[in-house]
Amino acid sequence: MRHLLSIADLTREDIERILDRATAFEQIADREVKKVPALRGRTVLNLFYEASTRTRSSFELAAKRLSADVVNFAASGSSVEKGESLKDTVLTLGAHSPDAIVIRSPHAGAAALVAGWTSAAVINAGDGKHEHPTQALLDVHTLRSKLGGIDGRSIWIVGDIAHSRVARSNILAFRAMGAHVTLVGPPTLMPRDIEALGCDVRYDLDDLRQADVVYALRVQRERMDGKELPSLREYAARYQINGRRLHPRQVLMHPGPVNRGVELSGEVVDSPQAVITMQVRAGVVVRMAVLYELLAGTRLDSPSRMREPQPA
Amino acid sequence: MTAPNLTRAPARPATLLVRGVHVVDPVARIDALHDVLVREGEIAEIGNAGRLDAGSGAEVVDGTGKHLLPAFVDPHVHLRTPGQEHKEDLETGTRAAAAGGFCAILGMANTDPVVDTAPILGALLEAAARDARIPVGFMACVTRGMDGRDLTEMAELADVGAFGFTDDGRPIADAGVMRRALQYQRLAGRVIALHEEDMSLSGTGAMHEGAVSARLGVAGVPSVSESTLVARDCLLAGYEDARIHLQHLSCVASVEAVAAAKADGVQVTCEASPHHLTLTDEDVAGLDTRMKMNPPLRTETDRKALIDGLRDGTIDCIATDHAPHARDEKEVAFEQAPMGTTGLETSFAAVYTELVLGGLLGLDVLVDRLCRGGIPFGIPQPTVAVGQPANLTLVDLGRRWVVGENGYESRSENCCFAGRELHGRVLLTIAAGAVAYRERAFALTAAK
Repeated sequence: MRHLLSIADLTREDIERILDRATAFEQIADREVKKVPALRGRTVLNLFYEASTRTRSSFELAAKRLSADVVNFAASGSSVEKGESLKDTVLTLGAHSPDAIVIRSPHAGAAALVAGWTSAAVINAGDGKHEHPTQALLDVHTLRSKLGGIDGRSIWIVGDIAHSRVARSNILAFRAMGAHVTLVGPPTLMPRDIEALGCDVRYDLDDLRQADVVYALRVQRERMDGKELPSLREYAARYQINGRRLHPRQVLMHPGPVNRGVELSGEVVDSPQAVITMQVRAGVVVRMAVLYELLAGTRLDSPSRMREPQPA
Repeated sequence: MTAPNLTRAPARPATLLVRGVHVVDPVARIDALHDVLVREGEIAEIGNAGRLDAGSGAEVVDGTGKHLLPAFVDPHVHLRTPGQEHKEDLETGTRAAAAGGFCAILGMANTDPVVDTAPILGALLEAAARDARIPVGFMACVTRGMDGRDLTEMAELADVGAFGFTDDGRPIADAGVMRRALQYQRLAGRVIALHEEDMSLSGTGAMHEGAVSARLGVAGVPSVSESTLVARDCLLAGYEDARIHLQHLSCVASVEAVAAAKADGVQVTCEASPHHLTLTDEDVAGLDTRMKMNPPLRTETDRKALIDGLRDGTIDCIATDHAPHARDEKEVAFEQAPMGTTGLETSFAAVYTELVLGGLLGLDVLVDRLCRGGIPFGIPQPTVAVGQPANLTLVDLGRRWVVGENGYESRSENCCFAGRELHGRVLLTIAAGAVAYRERAFALTAAK
């Protein structure tokens, strides 16, 4: 693998290989010294054009646990505010020869663009409403830990599908791993023809009992302005996952940060069915596995950073 | 009301004999091998192949294995002048047109400033008389500042030389304003050309709304954004007995609405672009910004409806909507990129390759639809007939070429066909009697 831009580029075997390695990395997190020298001397550049605490720190921690050096580049307070284009920023930062660039952008396709302008491995940490592949990988990892696997399982993704890159990557990843995906949300936040991705579409939670896993999405409060949704109250009444709707055998997931009392009631967030903190923990080991996958097979001294087979 | 004259820089009338060439002209109903003699810019003689004598001073062009067509007319070109000359200017835009086999084009009015007063139009005509390689005409705005509210001085603009009126790039959202513009046509004459789009339905959309946009997470422009306004304006034009020309149709419902309006006797003409006739939203899947245009590339069903409409005459003509943008403007994320693709240099070859070689359209029909785009604006359809001004394009249908491989005549390179291998190369263009373009390799071999 050269880059991680989209789940669509991965086979089931790719996903399993990465997650098996993530499982192997889990023991490191339990050690007193939480660090291995696998990527010593490598440089990982975090290029974030959107506010992000969780994903960025997760990548930073993952890189540091593999002994890579990390440089954080946030768009605010930088040359971007002086009008520098994405291309020029990437060319400028590329002069420092990073081995990997982790990019988050408000625009679909930004990570793929960056991949065309750099010799570094590029990891998509969210591009607009398009994809967020490491989130999908950590979600599959969490479910593998919790359920053993997701073949034949029913996963319901609930909420604002239209604006969710998490939903898009997860639909692809869950389906690649053999699960059946159902999307539920208000019609104004459901993309037309999304069924073409091979999932079912519903507008109510009446049959939620059919789900093995309930994946609630964050609903942004700015959507509650009477344009896409009439009110917070009506959304919560129809789509909130609460103790009344959630069955004890179901697993509850959420990409965070949670709006308590909106998409999830407080009680279910704190219930044993919720694996939200497991997802956060999985985030670090899965991102370690992704960095390892992309960088460990490359030679340090090769100026062109040509990817070579990993030594046996 | 007669149409104004097209404008171009002074050019030397050609005297030239094309020998043994396959002439295809649907107007003159020619589809045979001929010699065609152009003398002093006028078609002087059409004779049986190998029979005509060049006479003294005539250049002789060997037309063996090549086709001679009436040159094309494009009623929808963005020449970006005044104000955005970094994208295109009158010289580069008309050079690109000549390279595409065009003998006449109409420039849109969404420049900077927009063409909404007589002095701006007058200055543009002066510049064209200096810089234009082929005859060019200009459209003026329907509303002042293209703000969709107040009408321009359409009568004066028509007197100064506007070929028609359009707020292209934007719709006329307010039906009341649209109706007044149609009423005022009784005074100003000239057709009103319309970019049909309900912006409240388009929203922040950057591509066609459908399965591909759902997968990419890019906001979509639904096809009803176009078809609802097409239907509205056909009804208004019928009610006011006015003439409208609908630009760049992109979807099934628009074609159906126009067909119904034409059946009802509404004076409506319309165009489709080479890219909407040959590409679909699946071509946007890679988020290449060259595939971003307005209206967006739609589905295969829409594309087929456009082809059917073009064949049966519901769609009157092909128009490129040539929309150049600078490289740095397009080298950004898809959602941020400006809309538009260049098209003048690839129009014939793209449609020939996909539709004629694909068995969907006859060559004679393609030539006809590429040539009749000026009719709604009062520009006669070029024809290969004795006594006519020479508007001719010589093409090699067997020549394959990769778009962009040797650069472009246009100042911009945002062509949606870039990298594709197309069949059919324009070798020579004669516009209003003067040689406007010679393809480089052809010129070199001809000089031997």
